Amino acid sequence: MSLSPAEWEAIRLSLLIGLAAVAWILPLGIGVAWLLARHEFRGKAVLDGLIHLPLVLPPVVVGYLLLVALGRQGVIGAWLYSTFGLSLPFTWQGAAVASGVMAFPLLVRALRLSLEAVDPKLEAAASTLGAGRWRVFTTITLPLAVPGLLTGTVLAFARALSEFGATITFASNIPGETRTLPLALYTLIQSPGQESAAARLCLIAVVIALISLVASEWLARRTRQRLQERDG
Amino acid sequence: MADVMTTPPRLTLDIEQPQGDFKLAVRLDLPGDGVSGVFGASGSGKTSLLRVIAGLDRPQQGHIKLGQQVLLDTQRGIFTPPHQRRIGVVFQEARLFPHYCVRGNLTYGMPHPAPGRLAEIVELLGIEALLTRMPGTLSGGEARRVAIGRALLSEPQLLLMDEPLTGLDGPRKEELLRYITRLTQQVDIPVVYVSHDAEEITTIADHLVVLKAGRVEASDALHTLLHRFDLTHGLGGFDAASLLEGEVVAHDHAYGLTYLALDDEHRLTLPGTAAPIGSRLRLRILARDIALALTPPPGTSYRNQLDATIVDTAVLPEAPHTVELRLRIGTRFLRARLTRKSWDDMGLAKGMNITALIRSVSFNPL
Repeated sequence: MSLSPAEWEAIRLSLLIGLAAVAWILPLGIGVAWLLARHEFRGKAVLDGLIHLPLVLPPVVVGYLLLVALGRQGVIGAWLYSTFGLSLPFTWQGAAVASGVMAFPLLVRALRLSLEAVDPKLEAAASTLGAGRWRVFTTITLPLAVPGLLTGTVLAFARALSEFGATITFASNIPGETRTLPLALYTLIQSPGQESAAARLCLIAVVIALISLVASEWLARRTRQRLQERDG
Repeated sequence: MADVMTTPPRLTLDIEQPQGDFKLAVRLDLPGDGVSGVFGASGSGKTSLLRVIAGLDRPQQGHIKLGQQVLLDTQRGIFTPPHQRRIGVVFQEARLFPHYCVRGNLTYGMPHPAPGRLAEIVELLGIEALLTRMPGTLSGGEARRVAIGRALLSEPQLLLMDEPLTGLDGPRKEELLRYITRLTQQVDIPVVYVSHDAEEITTIADHLVVLKAGRVEASDALHTLLHRFDLTHGLGGFDAASLLEGEVVAHDHAYGLTYLALDDEHRLTLPGTAAPIGSRLRLRILARDIALALTPPPGTSYRNQLDATIVDTAVLPEAPHTVELRLRIGTRFLRARLTRKSWDDMGLAKGMNITALIRSVSFNPL
């Protein structure tokens, strides 16, 4: 079965947007998860709630809010445009922002759990050995949280791949720019006589999902093995 | 590193830290060399004190100085974080980093690569064979030794040890204690050693701090505190002991004996040791292992018969039928314990000259 240019385009865009989404939320997610796992501060509950909003809000609402904030007339969007000439809506970068926001809570949850599981006593020991905060975090905390980091990343990537509502609201459904697999499938279903093309896309989506599942399982097993070797 | 300081830096602190219904209120001035033992029952605030010195806890009030450096002064708002204090800590539970091999753990805190120093510490602790192992594969005693090496290699100005023998069985405990004793003699870093075990702490400490309910009950040279009758109960009770130190003058290989000179006139015979002639040995002698005679007895198996003077006595409320004595032997002092019956029958009194008898086999040279 050879794929049509339109199908390739959708696959390429899906992977590009998924990877871009994970790339921008990963550093931010690590920082936020660390804040939540290791610090007490005023407004912690508010921050926690804000992060979880995309998980409970209808994706369309998230897309609309993004449009309000990041649109050319939006508070942040206007500034972005006047300062950097950057406009996010109706671009693949905008789609990456939208799917990143939707995937963010999943990443933070997984990361926070595994950061909390790192023994603070080890961090204290490192600090008495002369390691400052940054070194403690990069050499002790983060490496010991790697299993959670992997799970969270794969989960976030999968979520970004399948993102639909927020993306179509914020970045629209533009072929070759923001039309990812779910959006292409939706388009096909909307037009009569495209059932077999829709079935093909459906199959491709299943295959990609399976591949990422197997890959994540393999990665998880490998890290678990490596950690077990370390523990003897 | 150039040795600029002529006098070793003393640790002085005066801190107050309420913790629930418990309050740590400690004022101390510890010598800048040797081992300062911090002794107390569990819950007396030993570990809290250690955490405050290391900078892991921030007391509500007070100040801490190490030599000229101010590590903490709550009034002036000074707080040096732990990673800038250069104070090494050996924790109760080793706390090795599970994702680094032994070598990685050892070098983690080294301020700069120093292969010579690494090799020296590795040899001192006998951990050559462990370097490539992961911490999860080490036994309790091995892990503790690696933790000690790791702390030493971070080039601390002060080393804190929090009950490093906890959870080890008898032989492992003695082995590690020997390593620590050797190390404190060879490495020129002052040590604060926390323990609730009277025997352990009297083996290793030069200076002793007795903590009770968050306060300092006593702080002085170990041999001074061991002679205080009022501290008997806390410092060993039934196993109350005192220390004698002397120089190895000869070995009798045929009989497996070592001769130790306390001074020009007084010699002790001990079970043979490997200590070289001229080295100094510290002996811990239990008060109950000493017998007294009015005159040197003929035909006895007591190999050690020392002329002594009774300089002080007491009957403790917790042991009304025994008499605690302090004996002077030349310039040294020794604790002894008798039944009140013997005391009366022999007609002993303060100031009397007697002979102290100690069996050689009761010595356990350290």
